[in-house]
Amino acid sequence: MDKSASYNDTVVRQFTIMVVVWGIVGMLVGVIIAAQLIWPQLNFDLPFLTYSRLRPLHTNAVIFAFGGSALFATAYYVVQRTCHVRLAFEKLAAFTFWGWQLIIVLAAITLPLGITQSKEYAELEWPIDLLIAVVWVAFALVFFGTIAKRRVKHIYVANWFYGAFIITIAVLHIFNNLAVPVTLTKSYIIYTGVVDAMMQWWYGHNAVGFFLTAGFLGMMYYFVPKQAGRPVYSYRLSVVHFWSLIAVYMWAGPHHLHYTSLPNWAQTLGMVFSVILLAPSWGGMINGIMTLSGAWHKLRSDPILKFMIVALSFYGMSTFEGPMMSIRTVNALSHYTNWTIGHVHSGALGWVAMMTIGSVYSLLPRLYNRESMYSIKLIDVHFWTSTIGVVLYAVSMWIAGVTEGLMWRAVNDDGTLTYSFVESLKAVEPYHGLRLLGGLVFFTGMLIMAYNVWKTVSDKKPVPVAVLDPA
Amino acid sequence: MDINDLRGILTAIIFIAFVGIWVWAWSHRRKEDFDASAALPLEEDTYIESNERENI
Repeated sequence: MDKSASYNDTVVRQFTIMVVVWGIVGMLVGVIIAAQLIWPQLNFDLPFLTYSRLRPLHTNAVIFAFGGSALFATAYYVVQRTCHVRLAFEKLAAFTFWGWQLIIVLAAITLPLGITQSKEYAELEWPIDLLIAVVWVAFALVFFGTIAKRRVKHIYVANWFYGAFIITIAVLHIFNNLAVPVTLTKSYIIYTGVVDAMMQWWYGHNAVGFFLTAGFLGMMYYFVPKQAGRPVYSYRLSVVHFWSLIAVYMWAGPHHLHYTSLPNWAQTLGMVFSVILLAPSWGGMINGIMTLSGAWHKLRSDPILKFMIVALSFYGMSTFEGPMMSIRTVNALSHYTNWTIGHVHSGALGWVAMMTIGSVYSLLPRLYNRESMYSIKLIDVHFWTSTIGVVLYAVSMWIAGVTEGLMWRAVNDDGTLTYSFVESLKAVEPYHGLRLLGGLVFFTGMLIMAYNVWKTVSDKKPVPVAVLDPA
Repeated sequence: MDINDLRGILTAIIFIAFVGIWVWAWSHRRKEDFDASAALPLEEDTYIESNERENI
């Protein structure tokens, strides 16, 4: 029989293993910088260990290395299974794996050295940006090439989300990073002033909207039905969900720039679209959770489904919190405080990481011809460490954020500030400790996962899977 | 006609498109295709046995 009769799972396996590796690395850096906020001397007076250099390393590692590997792995897996065809352009697919890993290694070298564009979530300098663009175009060719040669009539909804994620990230990345290089490690962004800020947050918020939301919704629309053993609650709703989500997300960026020199009408536009965003977000959440309707009993015995349902619950919570925080008057309290950090992490740990972890536990045994993971019990332990970790994290940051917001805005009768900045810093120190504990607990779960993954794959030889007949 | 008329027209077009997507998605003619699509994630993998694999 010929090669095209089986799926290309090699590249899926490679990316899936790297999800665990980069998850551990990225979250470890997160734990270190959380500790530095309490004990600043932990940078040992070494420039490459300072908070300012490790923080972008943490964000890049968890978003693009951990999250990115999960998106590559599942996009390649899902598009083959739902199109009944082997992945297009084998060599390009292998190139996306090695290229993406090279980018991650380059990020891990340049960011601690202080080589940065100083744009949040787009810190990497121009040579690496070029490499990202090339790998991303290859990703698009492989993904859409596979869609084009599909042997199924309709394109499954998960692929629409993956496709939107791939196209949008290409556009965002290229336009936000337009720069004039001066040397190999230094460039100047072509935008200036408030236009630069607007471009940056158009990019920044859509990194959330398309990288961390649309891509992971694609994952949700495949792996939740798969794990529940039931089709998605409403396919019709998923169609409306898709079009409304991608149409609205694009405009929400200006809510990052409330009370700045960005024109007021643009701030209001960003706020209004952010509030509207609640509707498609919750439509998607309900569609995911209701997929279990009639099969709720499975939650009792299947910790993988627990991961997915809790992930969707956190998605619902953070997509309620986000629109609320984008309202200008709420933002006046929350902006620049730890509340924002809490919001980001209930999205990133609660939604993105938990959906990824659940999907990896669902996917990995299938990739290695096993019935299930090595230990279901350890998945359950991991589930509880993740849940407790993210709850500790979010709650401590809410309290810290509101405390800071209230202290910073408090004024005496004569108009002077009631508190100095350092007083607010002192007030939130216990919550920084609680946050460190939450992060540490979540991180411990990743180590348990690594052990479970190792025991699942170490003595197993993968077996090719037959491509299904046209449908 | 000034720019604000165009903005109003664009808003109306987008609103009509939004309603159109609902109508399209909920029409009975879509049901068969949607049911077939929704079943795709539930298909199970079949592993290729080693004797069949020799030629790969």
